[in-house]
Amino acid sequence: MPFRGSLTSRDQAAVHEFSWPAVIFIPLVAVLIQIFIPVRARFLPIIDLPFMVTIFFAVARRHPISGCLTGCAIGLMQDLFAGPSHPLGMYGIALTIIGYLASSLGLKIDVENPGSRFIITYLFFVAHQGIYYGVAHGLLGQVQQWSWSHVAISALANAVIGIFVFKFLDRFKQR
Amino acid sequence: MDTFLGRYKNLIVLAAILFAQIIALAVQVRRPTQGGDTRLLRLWAISAVTPVEKAVVHTQKWVHDTWNTYAYLRGVRRENRELRAEIDRMKVEDARYAEDARMARRVQALLAFKEQYVDTTVAAQVIGTSGSEQSRILYLDKGSKDGIKPDMAVITPAGIVGKIVQVFSDSSQVLPINDQFSGVGAALKSSRLQGILRGASNGVTTLQYVMSDEKVEPGEEVITSGGDRIFPKGLPVGKVVSVEPGKDLFLNIRVVPSARLDQVEEVLVVTKITEKMPDSKDLGPLRASDILAERLPTVPAKPEVDATGKPKPGAANGTASGATSATGTAATAARSGAAATSAANKPAAGSSTAVASKPNGAATATHGAPSGTTAGSAGAPKAPKSAAAGGTRPAGTVAKPLNGAGMATAPHANPTAPVPSPSPANRPANGGETRPPSKQSKPVPEQPPNANPQQPSTPPNGEQPPQ
Repeated sequence: MPFRGSLTSRDQAAVHEFSWPAVIFIPLVAVLIQIFIPVRARFLPIIDLPFMVTIFFAVARRHPISGCLTGCAIGLMQDLFAGPSHPLGMYGIALTIIGYLASSLGLKIDVENPGSRFIITYLFFVAHQGIYYGVAHGLLGQVQQWSWSHVAISALANAVIGIFVFKFLDRFKQR
Repeated sequence: MDTFLGRYKNLIVLAAILFAQIIALAVQVRRPTQGGDTRLLRLWAISAVTPVEKAVVHTQKWVHDTWNTYAYLRGVRRENRELRAEIDRMKVEDARYAEDARMARRVQALLAFKEQYVDTTVAAQVIGTSGSEQSRILYLDKGSKDGIKPDMAVITPAGIVGKIVQVFSDSSQVLPINDQFSGVGAALKSSRLQGILRGASNGVTTLQYVMSDEKVEPGEEVITSGGDRIFPKGLPVGKVVSVEPGKDLFLNIRVVPSARLDQVEEVLVVTKITEKMPDSKDLGPLRASDILAERLPTVPAKPEVDATGKPKPGAANGTASGATSATGTAATAARSGAAATSAANKPAAGSSTAVASKPNGAATATHGAPSGTTAGSAGAPKAPKSAAAGGTRPAGTVAKPLNGAGMATAPHANPTAPVPSPSPANRPANGGETRPPSKQSKPVPEQPPNANPQQPSTPPNGEQPPQ
């Protein structure tokens, strides 16, 4: 049974639907890959697959509530595996906001071409890191290192890989 | 979708409420685990994912091992030759290190130094990570069923990896040393400066709390100090790569871990650490150089002087502690099997305890000492430096107090004559306990069986030639 996002004032054809298995398993698999792949290539944590999936669903559905919920669920899943020193909700908060912003932006601009996908992934990744830093530093008082160069390189890597990931996930669109 | 919602509206609402309550319960309820309380939700998630990770990792390892063991054998002969050459080279090195190790064990035995040994370990495989940059948690495929407990050290042959923070039944979490919440007691290998190795959110490890006036060079090795009671002392931690002045008078020493934390796949969890004395059974007898080193005179302590430059009358009181420490040295030497000590240095079953307590500084002694010994020298070779009336005499000499009222000399002292092991009859009844000084405690002269009767006894002035 397809999951129907609410329609927008834009062309209805731009609002995509996904099957329930896709809605459930794509984020799940993304989180699993995220915690498994770095066992062999520890540099891969800079590639944030759950973040990309959140962006993808948010801009494809173009529904802020849906984007919020998707981001919240994926973020909490990430929180679960982050260890005892990592309180539940840090990624949840960050991805909830990102999901909301991405779906809101999806209402206004075309997010189907690779160029726009590259840009929004890049910008949202920086925003994601900033929100996480704010939550950890501001709310929890944790000592966090902030490096603009590291964030910029990570955002670039995520934006480049995001193009291919989005292309792959496009196959699960039902409309 | 509307039809679906309309048809199962009640059930969906019920399921949603139940789900919300279960989630709320899971967040609030904490199930006690070996690593402390764990959120139930987290426990469920990890329990669900661990079997999948284990299956994937072990399958991959099996395929990899099978391929490398049976199929991909290119270059094995050449590698074999190189390894044989390396073994030959290491055998030569090994002989040299073995001698050093024997000497170190002897010294440790003399000092009653307890060493920490890694007794038992459990090999484990890394099956997962936190998947985020901000947390560097690793997941192992061994848990409480395999004897893993929190705060156990996780190491590799290259160096330490981290410590266990949470244990589940089939898996456990490791906090690596480069995590921002990690802290390891570490020390610089050559200078022995101690500090705390801390990680950071960006994965950089730094050695903290080393004062900025200390000299630390890049390339210096960092080892565990054992101060954290998790890692045994002396395990490799990493190397210093840069040293910069930090905050609050401390250096900012950046360290690169020896273990490749970004590539670690198999680790050892230290499940048991034992503290024991180094085994000195196979070290052989003491060498002459060791004995000589024990008997070498040391620089005496300066007597305290008053404002006019005259020695204080109670200055010799300080010798009592020296005598006591001498006893401890004697006991240590006796434990280490130092059978080849001279007559003057031979402790009489550890009974010779010098006590210098007279206010006039006259160091009195001793009871139960073998023939030819005096207050300080009876106890231990190092005793004279402080115990014998101001500590001005080397081993084997008669204690000569400041006022010249030396007591307790044996007429047949011959420090160089060999002395048999004291028979039980010769041993004092108190077995070494300290007695107060008394004139009745004058040692009974005892002639060693092979002592030369022609040998002059103690000179009239009560002195003997230094050793």
